[in-house]
Amino acid sequence: MIRVQREAFDVGREIAALTAGNTRIGGVASFVGLVRDLGGLRSMTLEHYPGMTERQLELIDAEAHRRWPLEASLIVHRYGRLEPGDPIVLTITASAHRQAAFDSCNFLMDWLKTEAPFWKREEGADGERWVDARADDDAARERWRETG
Amino acid sequence: MKILYFAWLRDKAGMSEWQVSPPPGIATVGALIDWLAAQNPGQAEVFADRSVVRAAVNQDFAEADTPVGPGDEVAFFPPVTGG
Repeated sequence: MIRVQREAFDVGREIAALTAGNTRIGGVASFVGLVRDLGGLRSMTLEHYPGMTERQLELIDAEAHRRWPLEASLIVHRYGRLEPGDPIVLTITASAHRQAAFDSCNFLMDWLKTEAPFWKREEGADGERWVDARADDDAARERWRETG
Repeated sequence: MKILYFAWLRDKAGMSEWQVSPPPGIATVGALIDWLAAQNPGQAEVFADRSVVRAAVNQDFAEADTPVGPGDEVAFFPPVTGG
């Protein structure tokens, strides 16, 4: 499942809802991305491409289910104005065994970093700037490339 | 054909959306960019450095040789920075 929303999310509640009633699940992995401030950040605004965002997140989620034996998964990504410390993104994966949950959770984050159409604009003391894409995000995405 | 701009490409374009009717010979994303960049100085500025411009056709990522046609939704944006 995927959700794109302005509101904050409650990780515990999301995990409980995702796993309720499925006793085949033996392990749940989750990741929460937060707005980081390394000095001077006042706020961050996330813009996205409504429609394409949901479509790309659905594709990423489906790809994780194709690669790992998952019982359940969830991606929640926020947009709009956020402040340092605020949660931005949540990925949860649940499987019979922990390794599939860990690996697929990692995969979801690496893929959505380069495939989901979101853009960050930072507002600091000296004005506003669009955040540049990072080469190491592309490298993180590449390590999941299937060969053969 | 509907053209959309996001992030700093929208800032440079001075608009988020534009309806255009390119001539029939404009059949790929690459040709469309050439045509848009020739329309006015603002568009030339948007596409000045094409290495930092990504495209999507009907909400799927596209390359320079991806086909485009009347009725398509074509979006231009910088590399994504979500997550």
